[in-house]
Amino acid sequence: MAQDDHSGAELAAADSSHAAHDIAVSPGTAVIAADSFENPGFPPHRTRVTDENPKREKRAQRTVYTLFYLSILGSVWAIAAYMLFPIESNDVGAVRLNNMFFGLGATLALLAIGFGVVHWGKAIMADVELIDERHPIGGSPETQAAAVKVFTDSDQESGFTRRAAIRNSLIGALLVFPLPAVVLFRGFAPQDQVPVELLSHTMWKKGTRLALDPSGVPIKAADVTIGSAFHVIPEGLQDLEHGKLEEKAKAAVLLMRLEPSELNEAPGKENWSYEGIVAYSKICTHVGCPVALYEQHTHHLLCPCHQSQFDVANHCEVIFGPAARPLPQLAIAVDDEGYLIAQHDFKEPVGPSFWERN
Amino acid sequence: MTRQKRRTGRRHPLATVALLALGLVFTGGAYAALSSGTIAQAEVDPNSQQTIEEGKKLFQANCATCHGMSAEGTGEGPSLIGVGAAAVDFQVGTGRMPMQMQGPQAQQKPVQFTDEQIQQLAYYVASLGPGPEIPSDHLVNGGGDAANGAELFRINCAMCHNVAGAGGALTEGKFAPPLTDVSGVHIYEAMVTGPQNMPVFNDLNISPEDKRDVITYLKYLQDNRSPGGIELGSLGPVAEGLFIWIFGLGAIVAITVWITAKSN
Repeated sequence: MAQDDHSGAELAAADSSHAAHDIAVSPGTAVIAADSFENPGFPPHRTRVTDENPKREKRAQRTVYTLFYLSILGSVWAIAAYMLFPIESNDVGAVRLNNMFFGLGATLALLAIGFGVVHWGKAIMADVELIDERHPIGGSPETQAAAVKVFTDSDQESGFTRRAAIRNSLIGALLVFPLPAVVLFRGFAPQDQVPVELLSHTMWKKGTRLALDPSGVPIKAADVTIGSAFHVIPEGLQDLEHGKLEEKAKAAVLLMRLEPSELNEAPGKENWSYEGIVAYSKICTHVGCPVALYEQHTHHLLCPCHQSQFDVANHCEVIFGPAARPLPQLAIAVDDEGYLIAQHDFKEPVGPSFWERN
Repeated sequence: MTRQKRRTGRRHPLATVALLALGLVFTGGAYAALSSGTIAQAEVDPNSQQTIEEGKKLFQANCATCHGMSAEGTGEGPSLIGVGAAAVDFQVGTGRMPMQMQGPQAQQKPVQFTDEQIQQLAYYVASLGPGPEIPSDHLVNGGGDAANGAELFRINCAMCHNVAGAGGALTEGKFAPPLTDVSGVHIYEAMVTGPQNMPVFNDLNISPEDKRDVITYLKYLQDNRSPGGIELGSLGPVAEGLFIWIFGLGAIVAITVWITAKSN
């Protein structure tokens, strides 16, 4: 019978020095020691069929080594499957077959070892109940005193408490040390521009035509029939040399046309729409998901990420969900040729809140 | 007496059976010929007075309660003047109309009319005012550019219908239906007419050729299922998370119970 050397009787003996303290009930507790719960001991030992019947033991043995051989088979199959089902063509089906057959082999290899070892332990290894005592957690008084002495001695020798100037400068150095890592975050925004400015402005400016995403074809007011929803980018976005995605992430707009009678315009923004055509930022004011689930009869706009709902007929005010503010509206007008244009950039930063946002 | 009659009769004992079988074959054949005939006849002349008269009768019998005797609309249903043949073909052809009951959104149910009747209804409604027409076969046969269609689908449709076309929930009990078994004609008609709460995607927003590409992409999805194994409805992390919670953790619990149970 294999057993941990440091368990059982030896440990119980080591702990006996404290036995007197443990048994004594401290004054003030209402527990009566004599009524304490008695250790019921082990349930009666029940022998296993593998202990009684040598045939069953043989069978269990066979099961265990069969599982280990199966594991070898699984490993070999995994190697073979990797070669038999190569990922050579561009076909996703080939990737699927390769993954599936390799995975089946590898799974069999590992699972069979696990099941084999557990079955071995349960059915064949020695079946004896025993108590493994816990180690006492605290050290002996001598060990504790020695540890305290190490600390006082090193404080004495180094002068950590006495030499305050050295100690404080060290604490200061440790506090300043992480700052360069914080400054590195600045690199996420372009170096030559103020990040707050970047977040506050988009590509839209006076006279920018509204264009279709992704083709970039400008949109005429007459194209937008009632009940339509257009996914809009600023004209010229597709011609940008770089930063195209960054600009699109801020400037994306959803264009909708409602019956003008159904539209309830915010005070001071009465001329921001054109004959029932309204344009709102597509970036949710909660955490910036694209809000584009538009229902043409209820005029609800739903954000798919956290179910914020905006009422387009009522200047996109929040009617449900965690969004903090209405979606910013893009003021639109029509130019001489009948194309929809922006009157100016958004009057507020689009998207979610940030530290410096007013 | 009977025995004598049988002996002298010229009828073979199996004559009755043969006659029955012949009759059944004939009736079945005639029925098949007739029903295939109705499918062939589904090509209804959109301009003939007879078509429009038939459509009007069907309309007044089945639709007028909610949409009014001349499709002018009532408090229960909108006016259908100017919705076009495409809207009728979509709503009636997918079984959404006649509507089962008032609710957040018209539910799909088995189609109630024959193709011929649907076309008569559609041409009657189209005769009331100009509107989107039923698209030609060229636009809905799925022979376009699937890659372009996929990009347009991701930009215009995927937010509601799911990028794999599996559909999704909207507000207050409404939902975007799955597109996995919708015919090309119905997809096209839904885009031009904007049924229920779906926005309209007119030909200046998504051109007919682009619509053809979107249909091509959806047909591609229908024919090429996910290569990555079980899809679990293509619903993303919710379905996958639920699966792993139930079956993954279930397996771990079962194995833990087995490991700690005493061997018999």
